[in-house]
Amino acid sequence: MNEIIGKPIDRVDGRLKVTGGARYAAEFQLPNMAYAYLVQSTIAKGRIRSMDVSKAVAVSGVLAVLTHENAPRLKTPPEDKSFESKLGEKDLLPLQRDQIYYDGQHIAVIVADTFERARDAASLIKVEYDPENAVFQMEQALSQAYEAKESFGRKAQSRRGDPDAGFAAASIKCEETYITPIEHHNAMEPHATIANWNGDELTVYDSTQWVLGTRKSIADLLGISAENVRVISPFVGGGFGSKGFMWAHPVIAAMAAKTVGRPVKLVLTRQQMFSATGHRPRTIQKIGLGATREGKFTVVSHRTTTQTSVVEEFLEPSGMSTRVLYDSPAMEVKHLLVRLNTGTPCPMRAPGEASGTFAVESALDELSYKLKIDPIQLRLLNYADKNPQTNQPWSGKNLKQCYERGAAAINWAQRNPEPRSMREGRFLAGYGMATATYPGNRSAASAKVQVLRDGSVIASSCTQDIGTGTYTIMTQIVSEALGIPVARIEFKLGDSKLPKGPVSGGSQTAASVGPAVQAAALSARSKVVKLAIADKDSPLHGRKEDEIVSKNDRLFLADDTSKGETYATILGRSQVPFIEAECQTRVSTREKSGDENTGTKKNEAGAKESGGGCFAATSDENVDREQYSFHSFGAQFAKVQVDPLLGMVRVVKWVSVMDIGRVLNLKTARNQVCGGVIMGLGMALMEETVLDPNRGRIVTRDLANYHVPVHADIPDIDVQFIDNPDPFINPFGGRGVGEIGITGAPAAIANAVYHATGIRIRELPITPDKLISA
Amino acid sequence: MEAFAYREVQANRSAIEALATEPQARFLAGGTNLVDLMKMGIERPKTLVNINSLPLQSITVLPNGVLRIGALVRNSDLAYDERIRASYPVLSEALLSGASPQLRNMATVGGNLMQRTRCPYFYDVAFACNKRNNGSGCSALEGFNRGNAILGGSDHCISTHPSDMCVALAALDAIVQVEGPKGERSIRIQDFHLLPEDHPQKETDLGPAELITAVDLPNLPFAAKSHYVKVRDRASYEFALTSAAVALDIMDGTVRAARIALGGVGTKPWRSTVAEQLLMGKPASEAQYKTAANVALQDAQPRKYNSFKVELAKRTLIRALLTVGGMV
Ligand SMILES: Cc1cc2nc3c(=O)[nH]c(=O)nc-3n(C[C@H](O)[C@H](O)[C@H](O)COP(=O)(O)OP(=O)(O)OC[C@H]3O[C@@H](n4cnc5c(N)ncnc54)[C@H](O)[C@@H]3O)c2cc1C
Repeated sequence: MNEIIGKPIDRVDGRLKVTGGARYAAEFQLPNMAYAYLVQSTIAKGRIRSMDVSKAVAVSGVLAVLTHENAPRLKTPPEDKSFESKLGEKDLLPLQRDQIYYDGQHIAVIVADTFERARDAASLIKVEYDPENAVFQMEQALSQAYEAKESFGRKAQSRRGDPDAGFAAASIKCEETYITPIEHHNAMEPHATIANWNGDELTVYDSTQWVLGTRKSIADLLGISAENVRVISPFVGGGFGSKGFMWAHPVIAAMAAKTVGRPVKLVLTRQQMFSATGHRPRTIQKIGLGATREGKFTVVSHRTTTQTSVVEEFLEPSGMSTRVLYDSPAMEVKHLLVRLNTGTPCPMRAPGEASGTFAVESALDELSYKLKIDPIQLRLLNYADKNPQTNQPWSGKNLKQCYERGAAAINWAQRNPEPRSMREGRFLAGYGMATATYPGNRSAASAKVQVLRDGSVIASSCTQDIGTGTYTIMTQIVSEALGIPVARIEFKLGDSKLPKGPVSGGSQTAASVGPAVQAAALSARSKVVKLAIADKDSPLHGRKEDEIVSKNDRLFLADDTSKGETYATILGRSQVPFIEAECQTRVSTREKSGDENTGTKKNEAGAKESGGGCFAATSDENVDREQYSFHSFGAQFAKVQVDPLLGMVRVVKWVSVMDIGRVLNLKTARNQVCGGVIMGLGMALMEETVLDPNRGRIVTRDLANYHVPVHADIPDIDVQFIDNPDPFINPFGGRGVGEIGITGAPAAIANAVYHATGIRIRELPITPDKLISA
Repeated sequence: MEAFAYREVQANRSAIEALATEPQARFLAGGTNLVDLMKMGIERPKTLVNINSLPLQSITVLPNGVLRIGALVRNSDLAYDERIRASYPVLSEALLSGASPQLRNMATVGGNLMQRTRCPYFYDVAFACNKRNNGSGCSALEGFNRGNAILGGSDHCISTHPSDMCVALAALDAIVQVEGPKGERSIRIQDFHLLPEDHPQKETDLGPAELITAVDLPNLPFAAKSHYVKVRDRASYEFALTSAAVALDIMDGTVRAARIALGGVGTKPWRSTVAEQLLMGKPASEAQYKTAANVALQDAQPRKYNSFKVELAKRTLIRALLTVGGMV
């Protein structure tokens, strides 16, 4: 053990980032590059009657104007079985038809020799529409709501026990409706693509959470082989889900580049991103809780109505986590969808869990006051010792400890349970808490590790670092496996030429790519060891492999450290330029809809060798996979101060205690939880996308009108981890951490606001107007 | 953004001449508002006249005690000026509650006076807006008007004047000094910003080629006890939902004089002399402050999404009065 995994080392790419050396998609400079600017529709439904582009074409420097009338024709992508070519918008191929489905749909692209000229020309295009009646508010279409089938392979409707009987048996009931608004990811880095054709081969620099997904989608739409497309994405300035499935603009960039015969850069403006790169859809969630007088649940029901666009079905699965959060004999989860003339929603940090836990964890709080039971106690009374839906044991759950440590850290004991009872100066003070939860996802991945003659290492996988620290933790994993210091290891990612990696979504990158990288590193190490053992000139000659350990660049005997030599020495003597191993894992913890009630999960064992000898340490770790349920849990605690006169809420203290299995790097893990909490604070107090009530056009389409928290809004955030390895998820015991931080956070704040003021706000965000009008 | 010509000027006269000869030219000061609007296609100047080298950079005390603030004094420098902090704290507080440090380092007094509304319908050329294009209609009247004005609106426009600084200036009876082709003149702050009426596109009394040279703060000893309260959706970098600038002269528990101006609620920085008069000679009490707040908002005309502002503005004013009156 080199104990580099777990160390809070600095980001290996930190220096590049702060010195501007890290190159993001739009920052690649290609010779002879042209610039594209998009034009978007200004009606929510109808047809384009005519487009007058004559003035735009006449602007000097303009190279092309593409509309549905002259853009290259695209292919309809095959029905997606593999999931890999899933688009953001299946039924809307860009610039192919005159049909408008929502306001802000791309309807033209201008290519010019400078960005400014392209934008200027864009403003000169005259569009005439034949508008039709658009439906863009859920309330206008509730009668057409339909039951959704699934969300990422999980059934959208489920129940256990007898919910009606559960309500009948309840002594205390709590039935309330909670609403979350449309929210936007607003990653700092805008969506951007550079497309460059070389004959039939296309290279795409894209800001994406899924290099291989983008490659497949682009190839499918253009009707070319994926082999002919290379996607490069070394750095991503945040995605939060909006860069998972491919939207229209990378294909538009490719079409534009083909048309003008030059590389084309297409960067979306902040305003354009609001309609064309996804959002978290609005939800209306009806929660029903029934309990005995002692506080034991008799039933939990969660009925979500949410919205999608008319061109793609996306479900915000708010009720999914409700199935597993608490032990209740009866449970019912329903998801209804309404199709609207809006841009298409997509996953946004903890899709389902973030919105769903706001509702459920608020309802639990309401019930706790009705029962006069401490909110933590209520959760403990209904603690799920195993997955209540599947009866599987958890692969690792330490939620009780999370509650305990969090309560101690925020000083929960000195909270007066009476609402509106605590004053601090002119402010009302309040404490709130909520449970956090997120699945422990893992899926297949491959990686390659090369040990070079000088003892340095290049490791790679086609994964992504979306700001989460992938470069850093993968480097740590390699370092630990080889016993080679971090400084001598280069990790490569974000290039479709590298061994296959999955989408950076579902908090799965560390848990999925990590094992493949580890297996490849161990396999490479083993090859070097074998080389030494076979080499007469090596002090390790003739020893057994398991006698040999590695540290500080050296391989040596465990019981005689003086007997050994460095990687460089071993490779130097041999005639090979480098030692290489590539490994593929096929493990998946992802739940499948067909078997959700039988408790089985997809299980394909093992790390598979793909060329060149793979260390098989991961092959038997899968034996138990069918038996366990993989979930992370945590506890969120907030202290707020509310100005009762002005309705302003300040979060003054925060404690998150998370159980994510083993922490790979405390810095990057803490950073993820902080980011999640801050996003949750935004969700609780200020984030909201508003559509014009008459036209369905977004009116909060910039960062002045769409409010994300600023530093002054953020309190000190105390993040703690239980840090018990999950023995079943992977060899190092770590589940993901990217999303859990936002879950429960809005409810903890809403609950704290209630405790402070006695006012329950059930519709986010909790803005001053709502508090003073209550 | 359209192509435009760019020039730099060193003297007030050349700045004024530049605009007099080219009606579609604009002064460029900090650029924090104008450049944004150009990118959005809302302002389309043919020429930008950079005035940052003009000698309008200092804060001086005139012989009569008036504090003269050059039009190019940056918002940060003004806010942290010791004389302002001591004698006119409401102005310092108002400035520091606005925008962000980076923006305040660039933003100037002249630019702040001239900054344009943040009404989302003004900001998006896809919507009808009388301010951008008079006669096209006002999308805010029946639209999402949560941020819009409840005082001073018309059927043509209900856009809020966004400035914090100007609310303090209104309370302080500031005087705007301008220089134009016909020479210099002074404009009282109340007369500087116009109500929209049927001409929302005409926002100020400033003539086409007039240059703001300074803002004068008259002597007002009791302004040393003044305060700015701002309510907003987040703690910083955010325009006011409601705000109040208040100065009180209290002697032996009685209000001798009051200055009251409101922000976030008016189509211009909203001075409420009726509320001031009501307080004069009355006890400095919470009850009186409440009455004053009711009077200040008596003409409010809320719309669908901004009705909360009536109550919130009252409370904001009460908080400001209580704070200055020493009763919080
Ligand atoms: C994100 C953001 C948040 C903000 N938040 C706030 C806030 O909370 N509160 C607040 O009050 N403000 C806020 N502001 C607005 C800010 O205060 C203004 O942008 C700034 O004061 C404008 O000053 P400037 O010097 O940059 O003006 P410029 O952009 O240079 O000019 C603005 C206008 O004034 C004209 N002008 C400039 N100087 C003169 C002169 N001497 N004579 C005649 N005309 C002149 C210009 O021609 C132009 O039309 C915010 C701005 C941004 C971008």
